[in-house]
Amino acid sequence: MRHTLLSALLLSALCTGEPVYAAPGKDAAAAAMPTVPSGSFESVLPPAPGVKKVTVSSYRLDRTPVTNADFARFVGKHPEWRRDRVASLFAEKDYLTHWSSATEPGAAIGRQPVVRVSWFAASAYCEARGARLPTWYEWEYAAVASGTRADARSDADWQRQILDWYSRSARGALPNVGSTPANYYGIQDLHGVVWEWVYDLSSMLVSGDNREQSDPDSLRFCGPGALTMEQKENYATLMRIAMLSSMQARYASATMGFRCATEVKP
Amino acid sequence: MRVFLLAMLLTVASLANADVAYPPQSIYNLNAKLIDQSGAARSLDMHRGHPVLVTMFYGSCPLACPLLIDTLRSFERSLTSAERASVRVMLISIDPERDTTESLSALATTRHIDVSRWTLVHTDEATVRKIAAVLNIQYRRLSDGSYNHASVTSLLTPQGEIAAQSSVLGKADERLAASLRAL
Repeated sequence: MRHTLLSALLLSALCTGEPVYAAPGKDAAAAAMPTVPSGSFESVLPPAPGVKKVTVSSYRLDRTPVTNADFARFVGKHPEWRRDRVASLFAEKDYLTHWSSATEPGAAIGRQPVVRVSWFAASAYCEARGARLPTWYEWEYAAVASGTRADARSDADWQRQILDWYSRSARGALPNVGSTPANYYGIQDLHGVVWEWVYDLSSMLVSGDNREQSDPDSLRFCGPGALTMEQKENYATLMRIAMLSSMQARYASATMGFRCATEVKP
Repeated sequence: MRVFLLAMLLTVASLANADVAYPPQSIYNLNAKLIDQSGAARSLDMHRGHPVLVTMFYGSCPLACPLLIDTLRSFERSLTSAERASVRVMLISIDPERDTTESLSALATTRHIDVSRWTLVHTDEATVRKIAAVLNIQYRRLSDGSYNHASVTSLLTPQGEIAAQSSVLGKADERLAASLRAL
């Protein structure tokens, strides 16, 4: 039944060219934070050896990454996150250095995704909104959707498009948020704009294989190799995992932004 | 009136926070609400003023965590009695679902833990994530509810700065003792 419904939705999307998510304007909150229905998929990070399926409960995810203007409002209300006041425990020295002052990003970059924010700062921002960072599985689940399909990974055109985005994103100024097409859920900019922090950052390095538990040193120093990764053709996603697993929570990288998520109460 | 009282309380609370200025790298800057094995509310800086050994574990862990406690004991035995009297030990649970005040209390009893110097605490998942991040501890919840985690023990200065870290299990790490004496 579920499958039929999904197919019907997909079909209607394909036939009319209309997105399946609620149209913006109908419900401002839903438009800013679309709902991703629960489901299961094969993640590039299997939860355990021999286990492929990952089940994700229904959640809401920001339509676009958090902007400099959004983050400036947060810093205004929570001055402990100003670049001149933050404890170095929570943010390295590059934190928000691209802003014109400790409280103002400057008008030109207001609509761009905020970068040079640490995981701690990103977590605090989401908590102030009553939300949190998305887990890796939540992020990945939303990011395998194309404009018309919930899981477009077998679509060669879509894969090419993603790789093309990644090859371009390293050059020039960051685009404003909302500059890439909405995906199946109405979510934008998951690819080709910035890297994004995840809630379970501290799990990105660790294998799901219990048998490796005897040697914590190998877990600490093997880097991304400590993960059991599958689907080698999904370079873009694997690159993202390699990037995240090289990050410490206090790093403030010029290409790392974030968006927030919340659980949907059943 | 109620709003006014709340504002008063918040002002007092924020002043109290500002009273204690820790060094910028101190993990005591993290405002974490913890509950110990007796059910009392604690904060990360509960042992400020003392050198502290801190590590993360989970109570239902079959092998590595008993070993972790034994390793901390070995370390304490390698100290002089004066050094031992000044050191505090903080065991923080990474398992917010199964570790409770009751389970930690039971663990303290069965393992004959001296709760005058050792504290076992549990907290919510978001706080666990943050503590793991400030201690550079990687961990992952497995599908059977157990955890893979790096057994990293940190030595904190009396102000909460990480002076040394060790992943040695099964015997006292001499480098930790040397760092303790250098504090």
